[in-house]
Amino acid sequence: MTEPQGTLPASSAAMATDPGMPRPGNAAPALGSTLAQLGMELRLTARRGENLFVIVVLPLILLVFFSLVPALTPNTARPIDFLLPGILALAVISTSLVNLSIATAFERSYGVLKRLGGSPLPRAGLIAAKIGAVLVVEILQVALLVTVAVGLFGWRPGVEWSPVVAGAAFVLGTLAFAGLGLLMAGTLRAEGTLAAANALFLILLLLGGVVLPVDHLPGFLADLARVLPASALSDAYRIGLGSATGDALPSLLVLAAWGVVSSLFTTRLFRWE
Amino acid sequence: MTAAAGGADARVALSVSGLRKRYAGRAVVDGLSFSVPSGIVFAILGPNGAGKTTTVEILEGYRRRDEGEVRVLGLDPARAGAELRGRVGLMLQGGGIYPQARPREILRLYARFYRDPQDPDALLEAVGLEDVAATRYKVLSGGQKQRLGLALALLGRPELAILDEPTAGMDPAAKAATRELISGLRDAGTTVLLTTHELADVERMADRIAIMDRGRIVADGSAAELAAGAAPRLRFRLDRALDPGDRSGLAADLGGGSLRDDGAPGGYLVDDLDSSPALLATLAGWCAARGLLIAELRTTGATLEERYLALTGNRALDD
Repeated sequence: MTEPQGTLPASSAAMATDPGMPRPGNAAPALGSTLAQLGMELRLTARRGENLFVIVVLPLILLVFFSLVPALTPNTARPIDFLLPGILALAVISTSLVNLSIATAFERSYGVLKRLGGSPLPRAGLIAAKIGAVLVVEILQVALLVTVAVGLFGWRPGVEWSPVVAGAAFVLGTLAFAGLGLLMAGTLRAEGTLAAANALFLILLLLGGVVLPVDHLPGFLADLARVLPASALSDAYRIGLGSATGDALPSLLVLAAWGVVSSLFTTRLFRWE
Repeated sequence: MTAAAGGADARVALSVSGLRKRYAGRAVVDGLSFSVPSGIVFAILGPNGAGKTTTVEILEGYRRRDEGEVRVLGLDPARAGAELRGRVGLMLQGGGIYPQARPREILRLYARFYRDPQDPDALLEAVGLEDVAATRYKVLSGGQKQRLGLALALLGRPELAILDEPTAGMDPAAKAATRELISGLRDAGTTVLLTTHELADVERMADRIAIMDRGRIVADGSAAELAAGAAPRLRFRLDRALDPGDRSGLAADLGGGSLRDDGAPGGYLVDDLDSSPALLATLAGWCAARGLLIAELRTTGATLEERYLALTGNRALDD
């Protein structure tokens, strides 16, 4: 009301006083922002010890234990042929469902998502950075688990293995579980997400054909298990890695359906604060 | 005070007209209008619950308005994207920073969201965080967290900085340094919109102040204008306290101003009245008729604090 405009110092003249000139924004290109955020996501993942247990140590323990003590595994010539695809599926679940949902839920409760949403980083860039970090972690998990399987148990892919099917399982499985993880993180309280993610992890470990074949379950549980994304992912991996024969398409379609449905719900229901 | 007619006026950094926001049927922001010319520090002062944060969150694009027009740097924040967010620096209440991250790391991350950011290390020094640059956020003090939030707001060389309670939780030295930093922003041509419930903030930083209460702006102007704009007040002390009947009778005779207790028993204060000679004669005559002695009498202009308290219904100031 009273501040004379003419007192602005000369240094600000270029940015503040010419009404005719569109001012350039200072937002960096989205790709660079997204990559910067991806790097931050990876650093934070490495810094959270409890997450490293779930995404590295637990799958490794399960792989080694059930390979040495083949109490539950069957159907394949060697336990490792059944177990490795299942544990690779579990690795996807631990990273894209458990780790992603818990980390994102706490970021939401701390206001981190809100603060990032007010920065020039586009929201799609934040989601892309999170999914990208999940994929990087999963690639490291695959490398570690396959190395252990080859080194300790002499695992080789089956003769009819298909890198395309295995790769599709990897990508579609990640999208399905990341969609579910973000749906929980964006709708439940942080503590609720923590509890639900751990419960789901246990349920999917038991019903997902990870260490225990779905065929061994009682009928109603087996029927339930077959529509869950976990068994679809482990089945697709078994076909992709040549441990089982058959058509991978139904399993991949189940994964794709979970991915589409969870993404649609997440887009509509996700709350940033 | 007028809202900008359109979005093209570069001399108006921010304009709000007829803004309304309801939660569960209750109007939290209730017909708010103001505009902020470029290059000034504009403060929204009000008690907690006045609707300040809701207002800035609408300006920041976090909340949708129910009614009214809002332009931030000529754009509608409800529709604008990353481009506007690259021109506006935000300091939110409550930080919003990863507990496990470190100040330098966070500034370096956010710096990569801007084409031409300030140097993170220089900024750390400017806000006095160089000693804790590598300390995890969760173990920083409340004031240090606030200063990191302020640094984040300034990192992208914003044309407009929106700072929600920028000095809350700081010790007196940090408050003083922060006020100096914010005043320095204005000198560099940045427009600043800040909210506060601290009078010292607005007295030392703000070029213009809007006093907000119950979702509305109840007064605006510079600190001096706001204090001067208050009508002179009448303070007096009688040799004994009035009973309620006499009290309302006196208030009516004085022209309907409210008669408030002021300090010791028998002390009264009348707001918003012209302390004219006739008014004083009325008071003296009323007292004489009842055998009351006027022990003290003073006519005085209001301070900003008195004005603020009067406008916000005399509800307690925090801190």
